[in-house]
Amino acid sequence: MRTGWWVAAVSAVTFATGCAAGSEPGRELVLVSAASSLTDAFAALEQPFEIAHPTLDVVFNFGGSTSLVAQVEQGVPADVLAVASETSLDPLLTSDGLTGAPTIFARNELVIAVPAGNPAAVTDLSAFARPELLTGLCAPSVPCGHLAARVLAEADVFPVIDSAEPNVRALLQRIASGELDAGLVYATDARTEPERVLALPVNSSLTTSAAIVALTAGASSSGAEAFVSFVLSPPAQIILAEFGFLSP
Amino acid sequence: MKHIQRTSGQPVWALVVLGTVGAALFVLPFVGLLTRAPWSSLPELLSDRVATDALRISVVTSFGATVAAAILGLPLAWLLARVEFPGRSIVRGLVLLPLVLPPVVGGTALLFALGRRGLVGEPLADATGIVLPFSITGAIVATTFVSMPFLVIAVEGALRSLDGRHEGAAASLGGSPWYVLRRITLPMIRPSLVAGLVLTWARALGEFGATITFAGNLQGRTQTLPLAVFVSLEGNREAAIAMSLVMVAVALAVIVGLRSRWWREL
Repeated sequence: MRTGWWVAAVSAVTFATGCAAGSEPGRELVLVSAASSLTDAFAALEQPFEIAHPTLDVVFNFGGSTSLVAQVEQGVPADVLAVASETSLDPLLTSDGLTGAPTIFARNELVIAVPAGNPAAVTDLSAFARPELLTGLCAPSVPCGHLAARVLAEADVFPVIDSAEPNVRALLQRIASGELDAGLVYATDARTEPERVLALPVNSSLTTSAAIVALTAGASSSGAEAFVSFVLSPPAQIILAEFGFLSP
Repeated sequence: MKHIQRTSGQPVWALVVLGTVGAALFVLPFVGLLTRAPWSSLPELLSDRVATDALRISVVTSFGATVAAAILGLPLAWLLARVEFPGRSIVRGLVLLPLVLPPVVGGTALLFALGRRGLVGEPLADATGIVLPFSITGAIVATTFVSMPFLVIAVEGALRSLDGRHEGAAASLGGSPWYVLRRITLPMIRPSLVAGLVLTWARALGEFGATITFAGNLQGRTQTLPLAVFVSLEGNREAAIAMSLVMVAVALAVIVGLRSRWWREL
């Protein structure tokens, strides 16, 4: 029965490892659901926040804004919700899931992202109307995709695209790996891949307003309030600006 | 309950309870889906562009993948069952890998091989301009990758179980290898072949991870029913449920239609 013991041992180790990867003992957990575009900036906020609040342990849940809102509607016990566009929060405004009104904490604008070296020689938004190029946008239900649609409409470009990605980071990765010739991503996201992605400016003043709000479903209401206040505070705003976010 | 054999009494009731819980695991989600279904608006939801496009793409990719699996999988199964070549067990292991591998991992691996900057994909694109990702052909490739192993297993198993007497007799009576294959071997493995093809098609219809990773997700081009359900869950839950019901109905039709042959031949 040696196989049996081996299987049992491997299962036990896997299970133990899975259980061990939880939150720090003794600290209160604050679960923050944040849009994918906030991945690097919020990760940079984690340490300053935890130094200022030693009893709190921030854990992030990143994803497309629309799916994060759907998660909250389904009862995910997040303490804080930070979305890329305040309009994403509309479905929650009529429910009692929000503690107070959402606050805009930053703005973001779009850039045209192309793979390093610009293999398709893209210069401006008209590239998105060329069927021979492989182009992508965020799905229209996601803030990044909604803003892209507005920007393209403003520039009178009728997009002929090849993929509608579920969140902005997925789109960025497709461009970075060269599978797509061009895509419209947030300026902040393009900066996370300086080696593999080149950002071309978009001639538009349209922006999206990122909003943050504490949720009633969370386990730590004081932790939620503390995090929301921190994000709105000057030290956090400086960090956000360093990542390329515009002031609210 | 006269037909339940009572040996010591206790074990039988434990089996009944556990078995019922097991059955509930499958019945409850289905019941949940039926109770939440927007029955009155079903025709309207299913005639929406998103649903009709997804249905069309799903039909094309699932049947396309099944045909591709048959064209490539039958010879492969024959090779694995009948020809002794070096590395055969490794090849068999790799062919069966998609059964265990998470489909998203499979899709990512396909990108590295057949994507525009891939091992084979880059020379292919440079030479012919053919780019597989983001096309319906790419969706068929991804779906074939995950569903073909079912056909290969079924056919290889059936080929191995033949003892070769009938084929040997036909050959000694003057039949060419191709004749033997066509008139003796294939008819003899027909039940397993049919079961394998149906399983392949069913797996192809439900494919999600490899398709969304390799072929992308564009309505009208690569957005199959599972992908459309995934996208609709966030914005239009009723449409998602309507499309899910279509898939459940199709799945049930397949299972009920093949009930006796299914269990016997696998």
